This record gives sequence, C-alpha cells and structure tokens, in this order.
Amino acid sequence: MTEPATDPATRAPDRDISEALCQQVANAYQSRAPLRIKGGDTRAFYGRPVEGITLDMAEHSGIITYDPVELVVTVRAGTRLEALEAALKEQHQMLPFEPPRFGQASTIGGAVATGLSGPRRPWAGAARDFVLGSHVITQQGKLLRFGGEVMKNVAGYDISRLMTGAQGTLGVLADISFKVLPLPAATDSLRLDDIGIDDALKTLSTLGREPLPITGAAWHQNALFLRLEGGQSSVKATRERLGGETLADDFWTQLRDHQHDFFTLKSGQALWRASLPPHTAPLDIDVDEADSFYDWAGSQRWIKTRDGEALRRACQQAGGHATCFTPAAMGGTDSPFTPLDPVVEKYHKRLKAELDTHGIFNPGRLYAGL
Amino acid sequence: MNILYDARLDGELIDRDKREVLDALEHAAPTLTLLSREEDLRPFECDGLAAYRVLPMLVALPENLEQVEALLKCCFELGVPVVTRGAGTGLSGGALPLEQGVLLVMSRFNKIIDVDPDARLARVQPGVRNLAISEAAAPFGLYYAPDPSSQIACSIGGNVAENAGGVHCLKYGLTVHNVLRVDVLTIEGEHMTLGSEAFDAPGFDLLALINGSEGMLGVVTEITVKLLPKPTVAKVLMASFDDVEKAGRAVGDIIAAGIVPGGLEMMDKLAIQAAEDFVRAGYPLDAEAILLCELDGVEADVDDDCETVRRVLERAGATDIQQAKDEAERAKFWAGRKNAFPAVGRMSPDYYCMDGTIPRKELPRVLKGIAALSEESGLRVANVFHAGDGNMHPLILFDANKEGELELAEDVGGKILELCVAAGGSITGEHGVGREKINQMCSQFQADEITVFHAVKAAFDDKRLLNPGKNIPTLARCAEFGAMHVHNNDLPHPELPRF
Ligand SMILES: Cc1cc2nc3c(=O)[nH]c(=O)nc-3n(C[C@@H](O)[C@H](O)[C@H](O)COP(=O)(O)OP(=O)(O)OC[C@H]3O[C@@H](n4cnc5c(N)ncnc54)[C@H](O)[C@@H]3O)c2cc1C
Ligand SMILES: Cc1cc2nc3c(=O)[nH]c(=O)nc-3n(C[C@H](O)[C@H](O)[C@H](O)COP(=O)(O)OP(=O)(O)OC[C@H]3O[C@@H](n4cnc5c(N)ncnc54)[C@H](O)[C@@H]3O)c2cc1C
Repeated sequence: MTEPATDPATRAPDRDISEALCQQVANAYQSRAPLRIKGGDTRAFYGRPVEGITLDMAEHSGIITYDPVELVVTVRAGTRLEALEAALKEQHQMLPFEPPRFGQASTIGGAVATGLSGPRRPWAGAARDFVLGSHVITQQGKLLRFGGEVMKNVAGYDISRLMTGAQGTLGVLADISFKVLPLPAATDSLRLDDIGIDDALKTLSTLGREPLPITGAAWHQNALFLRLEGGQSSVKATRERLGGETLADDFWTQLRDHQHDFFTLKSGQALWRASLPPHTAPLDIDVDEADSFYDWAGSQRWIKTRDGEALRRACQQAGGHATCFTPAAMGGTDSPFTPLDPVVEKYHKRLKAELDTHGIFNPGRLYAGL
Repeated sequence: MNILYDARLDGELIDRDKREVLDALEHAAPTLTLLSREEDLRPFECDGLAAYRVLPMLVALPENLEQVEALLKCCFELGVPVVTRGAGTGLSGGALPLEQGVLLVMSRFNKIIDVDPDARLARVQPGVRNLAISEAAAPFGLYYAPDPSSQIACSIGGNVAENAGGVHCLKYGLTVHNVLRVDVLTIEGEHMTLGSEAFDAPGFDLLALINGSEGMLGVVTEITVKLLPKPTVAKVLMASFDDVEKAGRAVGDIIAAGIVPGGLEMMDKLAIQAAEDFVRAGYPLDAEAILLCELDGVEADVDDDCETVRRVLERAGATDIQQAKDEAERAKFWAGRKNAFPAVGRMSPDYYCMDGTIPRKELPRVLKGIAALSEESGLRVANVFHAGDGNMHPLILFDANKEGELELAEDVGGKILELCVAAGGSITGEHGVGREKINQMCSQFQADEITVFHAVKAAFDDKRLLNPGKNIPTLARCAEFGAMHVHNNDLPHPELPRF
C-alpha cells in the first residue's frame, strides 16, 4: 500500500445520503413534480435546460470499495472526479475512458450520466465500457442494484450501461462500479508538422492496422498529434520510428477538458461535436479549416460554426451525428442532440414511460417530450 | 411442475392450431421455408443444453429480411410466441423451443457483407460463425477479438444475444465492447438501427441493452463489429501448482503486478487429466492446478512482461513454469483448454456446465465450497476458469440414466451458483440465464429489480411474445422458488399467491 493522499482537497468525503435522496425521489413521484438532477453542475451547459426541483447529488460522495487487485472501484455518484482519479493514481491505476472534467466540481455521476469520453476512447473504450454495475434510484424512490463488481455478469438486462449517457432521464445513479486499469508503464507524445488532413487520415488508417501503442490521435492546422502508451520498449521503438517533435503531456488534458485555445468561440459561432465513422473524409461544409479540431483519429471532430444544421446534415450523410455544445441561450440550438429516427424514438418514449412514468427525471434534457 | 415451460408460473400462452399458424405464415411469407413434420423439427428440439428438449410447433428458416419481417408481423397479430435461434450452441436453453411457438432460425443469414480494413470494421449477417469473421479479416492483418470456445460453430447473432466472452476478454472485452452497431427487427416487425459505425449514437444506449438480452427484446438482423490489428506476438506461459488455492492467489498477483494478460486461464486436476487424455496438450498430470497465461502485443513488451510474470509465478509457489517455445506448442497448450468441455464429456456420460462469476479474491474460498459440495453429493466436479476475470466453469459429472442423478447435478449446480452470488458474484458470466437459470435469477435479484427488468421487456414486447419463459422470471416464480431475498423477515409481495 502507498501513502494516503496528502492533499485533503482531492479526498472524497465519505457521506451516504441515499436514504434522503430516495425519499426526495419518492416525494417527487407522489406529487409528480419534476426533478433536476445536479452533480457538480459543471455540465449544465450540455443538453437542454431542465425545469425542476434540484436533486443535489454532490453530498452523496465517497469511495465505497476499491480493491486494486480486482481492478474494481465502487464510488458514490457525487464523488468528485478529481478525488476519484487521485485515489486511483495512488495505486497506479486509472479510469481508462478519460472522462472530461469541466471544472473542479465535476462529479463521477455527472460524467457517467453524460457518458462523455476523452481522447483514449477509440483504443480503450467509452465510459459505458468500464461501467460494471450501479445502484440506481428508481422513480418510486427505491435503491436497486444492477450489474455488480465482477468483470462478467450477463444476468438480467444491462441497466447500468443503459443509464450511462442517458443524462439522468431514466433514473438516478447512486453509486457506480468501474473496471479500472493499470496506468501505462510508459507514455510519450509527439507532433508531426506540415501534414494536411487527407494525408493525416491516410497515415492514421495505415498505422491503425498495425498493433502500435497509439492511444491518442488528433489533427489541427496541419499538425498531427499522437500519444503513445504501453510498455517501455514498444513506446520507445514506436517513437523512434515516427519521429516528430515532443509534445507536452497536458496537450491531451487540454483537449479533453476544452482548455485548448481552439475552444474559444468567435461571435455567432457555436461549438459542435461531430461523431463520424472512422476514416470519414473531411466533411463538405463551409467551415474554415482553423475552426475544426480532429480527435479520435478523425472520428470525433470539434467544429465551430454558425450553420449547425448544415453540419448536422453532412454528419448524417456520412453515417454519423452532430451534437451542439453551446447552450441555446448562448447561440446554440434548442435541439442539441440529433433527432432520432421515428422507430427508435418510439422505443425511447416507451422506455421512458416504463421507467419514468410521470416524467420526474430531468424531463426534456435530451429531447423535448422525453 | 414442468421445467420446460410452466404456464402457471411463466404466464399463459395462446394455444393456436398448428394448421392455422402454418396457413397464416404461408400466406404472409409465401417464399419462407417452414418445417412442420416431426422428423424435420427433431434436430431443433434443443440447443447446447441437451437435457432440455421441446419440439417446436414450427421451424422457420428465413433467407431475407422481408421474410423475417412478415413472420414477426404475422406472429404478433396471432399472438404466437417466437423463439430466435442462431447456431444452437447456447448452454442455458436460451434457444429452447416452445410447443406453442415458432422457432425462428437465423442460420441462413450467413453472409459477410463487408470488411473495411481502413475503418477496421466488418458488417456481417447474424448467422455468420464467430471464427469466420476473423478468417475474413486475416488477409488485412486484423481479427475479431471475442473468441468463445465454441467459435467454430456459434453465430455472431447468438454472441450478441448472450454477450458472449472468450479466453481473451479480460484484455479485449466481451461482445458488447466489440460491437459498434446492430440492426434489429422488433416483434411488431419494425426496423431499428442501434449504435453506429461512429463510436456513439444519439439517445439511449440501446445497443448496450440489446447485448446480452437473450432474444427477448428483438431479432438481430445485421451486426457491425470492430476489428483489431493482430498482435505481433503472443507468448504463453504454463505454470503448475501443487495446490489449487496457490494457483488462485497467483492470478491476483499477476494483475497486482500491473499486467493485464491477453488470456489467463486455470484448470484443476480433473480437467487437466481430461484434456490430456483427449488432446495430449502436454499438461503435467501430477499438478493440482495449472495456469495458462498469454501475453500478447509488441515483441519487446511481451518479453518484458513474460519475465515479470515468471517472477510472480515463482514467488506464488509454482512448481514448474514452461513457456511455449513456438507457435505449435502455444496452439497445443491452448487446444487443451479450448477442448476442455468435450474432453470432460468423454469422462462421463453427461456433464453439467456452470458459469458463475466471482471477485477473483474469492476464488480459493469458492473452490473449497465446490469441493465440499462435490464430496457431499458424490458427483465429481472438474473446474475450468476464465480466471483472469473471475468466470468459473465448474463441470459437474453425472449419468442421466441413473435414477435421480440429473436432479442431483442440478441441485449441486444451483448451490454452486448461490455460492457465487453470496461471494458477491453472478449466476452467469457469459452463457446467459436462458431457461436453465431462471430460478437462480430470484437469488441474485430482488423483486423490485426483477420488476424493472419486466418494465424494460414491456417497452419492447408488452405481449411477451419473444422468448417467453426465459431470462427474467415472473414474480410468481420467484415467490414459489422461495429463494427470493427476504428483508427483515418481510416477504416481498405478500399479496402474491404462493403455490
Ligand atoms: C464555462 C463552462 C464550459 C463548459 N463546457 C463544457 C463542454 O465543453 N463540454 C461539456 O460536456 N460540458 C461543459 N460544461 C459543463 C460541464 O461542467 C458538465 O456539466 C460536467 O462535466 C458534468 O459533471 P457534473 O458533476 O458537473 O454534472 P452535472 O452538470 O451536474 O450533470 C450533468 C448531467 O448529468 C446528470 N446527472 C448528474 N449526476 C447524476 C446522477 N448521479 N444520476 C443521474 N444523472 C446525473 C445531470 O442531471 C445532468 O443531466 C461547461 C461548463 C461551464 C461552466
Ligand atoms: C463447447 C462449448 C463451448 C462454449 N464456450 C463458450 C465460451 O467460451 N464463451 C461463451 O460466451 N459462450 C460459450 N459457449 C456458449 C455459446 O456458444 C454462446 O452462448 C453463443 O453465443 C451462442 O451462439 P449461438 O449462435 O449458438 O446461439 P443460440 O444457442 O442459437 O442462441 C442463444 C440465444 O441467443 C438468441 N439468439 C440467437 N440468435 C439471435 C438473433 N439473431 N437475434 C436475437 N436473438 C438471437 C437465442 O434466442 C438464445 O436466447 C460454449 C458452448 C459450447 C457448446
């Protein structure tokens, strides 16, 4: 065992307020009064605004169990991401999906509910891929357990993964169990200059067919950024082969948390996220190259534009979708998420009607009427 | 009580006249192949769980989507249940037919539609065999990672329905981690695409929900899977132990050393013996347990990791450590493990395969419990595990021709699963609940949790026509089975009749 964290700010207070939370949900169900589930409120900008009584998760915090040998950690949803990541780091482990952190107050519940993943996603997997189980507060205010703390469990439907990314519209996450992984033994990042986007995509697809230790690949303004993580030997050998300038490690956290200068908007622009099949050519849209940032080897593109609808159409044509990250009140759109196909929408509504009959959980957060 | 379907506990089914259903289907889908004579139905009476057999009313062998859609609409209209079947290798009776139902066999959907090496994905029909995907991807240096031991036979549609695993899932994930997109037909015959070739799709993660849903929510008609570059090298170490518990502890030690092996499997003495008799894998017959640890990746890293693992194994008390010297020996080491089930099958007229999972640290304790159950019942138990991810496959040896032995085996199996649940694990890691573990669901979940599962089912299939009697027990069944969690001595749902 290593030393406990010395900085109290990064330690999660151990507080279980699940009973009070259940009671509040049960009351809301009785009185059919909508709830606005709040973690750190750092992602409030993301998604549609919700009117409702606040259900504050931040007080429900603490690491319940963490066994590094099992590669499993169980935390209360209000635990700050920062505290959880610090505890894992002490044991040389990590949440492999690199949840973005949009402020110190960001909670793990908010991260799972929004389901966002960082630069490592195409190689390591998404938030939902590491969720093993959870306790969920249902509409009637009951605390139920789905999944568990084991790597494999196919008993019953996968409710925990269904809740991931549902933005709290199907239930409240009280605690979550994750599969964690060892920190990579070695890491190195590099930057290759003077490479256009077509060449960059070609290079990435060639490299992608080899078992190389790449865990980050971004492109912006004729520079290709690569991160290598793995064993000492392979990281060193790959770095020697690829060459390039050494890139500061915090490049990837800045990209993940939208701290990079790129994310400053010009007047009238909104920030969009395009999610596209791997190897999609640059979209045929009227956007300056400087206003696009390619991540995930080209599968996730941040685009600053004044014409979100054109972008959304182009993404759909390419087999992907587009999400607006600028709130409607700040020049974004009323429907930040791509509208669903009618059959898929029908089953979303049915599921919502079953699990949230009176629409008390974050109504309208994802889509109007859901 | 009928273990195959019990209307009293599983819900009433509409009893339609076979002729009427046949006529309706022939009318709805004139080109659809339908089997209705007993001798044609016979081959479909069971899946890999051969102790459970039922002749379906009809078997349908569609070849195109229009036929599946027409069949589903017609059955929905008539209220006739539909059981979907892939290759029929499932071990939990998930594809067990119903006397009053149609068995929808997807095996003719066997085309690999497209392999895209640049995007590293393959689009396939659900009847394609798991191994065939890797074979089609091999010319590009790519493969499909999840590799159930049944991979030469099982279908990718069945893999999605069961969220199948394999010996490499600790590092590379289960089916759910490797599927990007599925097309589904609902019981009402509507088409839906879930997921996307991009890494995510708007809305709820219904793709995750469909994985492992055992044919209860829809029929999977097309699948896009992720392909991975083949590791440059894979090396395997075989360690012998004179004590099963030491082997169990060594598993945790390897992980604690910061290593995530490509595969980490364990077999006990009886399983070693069976495998050695069957395939001559070169296993040590005097060992109480062996561990197979595969390390894969780039050569230099793999060599470093092999050294680390070797040191860990020595410290953990391994009596012998061998590294496969070449590809042929590596394949031989794995052949023993991959053929462990049929190998055990040769030792005994029948065997019953369990699939419980536990936190790894509980391995020694649960093994002790299994040994005690074996002794008490007089039935031999061979243990094969995906040790790295805590998924155990105790194989209970019995003879169904001996009066009462099947029941005894099922009883021991049930108790093993309860051991797993008590240790914080699950009744099934990869084979699914199906019909077989329907009662044990009541010991893993409380009534309120089961009610949530019913709510999910109702959202997709409120008439309960897809695979009724499987996967999720009714509350009436749990009340009768009696193993339902009882809190503070209050029976959940006291209003329910107990039979
Ligand atoms: C200036 C600024 C810029 C920002 N930029 C971005 C950005 O670019 N991208 C981005 O994603 N975010 C951005 N955010 C918002 C960001 O802070 C997220 O809200 C945050 O990541 C989520 O963590 P949280 O704990 O704060 O969650 P919250 O914001 O509290 O909640 C996020 C969502 O999850 C739900 N939720 C929270 N906890 C639970 C739970 N336990 N169970 C069920 N549902 C729950 C909430 O109802 C909400 O729908 C920005 C915020 C600010 C102030
Ligand atoms: C010797 C042996 C070894 C095995 N080893 C492993 C192993 O290592 N790991 C593992 O996970 N499993 C293993 N299995 C179990 C089995 O092979 C898997 O569960 C497999 O995924 C089943 O696929 P199948 O095509 O045979 O499906 P089936 O048995 O035909 O059906 C299984 C379930 O899937 C549903 N289903 C099938 N196709 C569809 C579809 N298109 N749409 C909707 N639902 C569908 C059925 O209704 C049923 O509920 C093994 C089995 C055997 C016999």
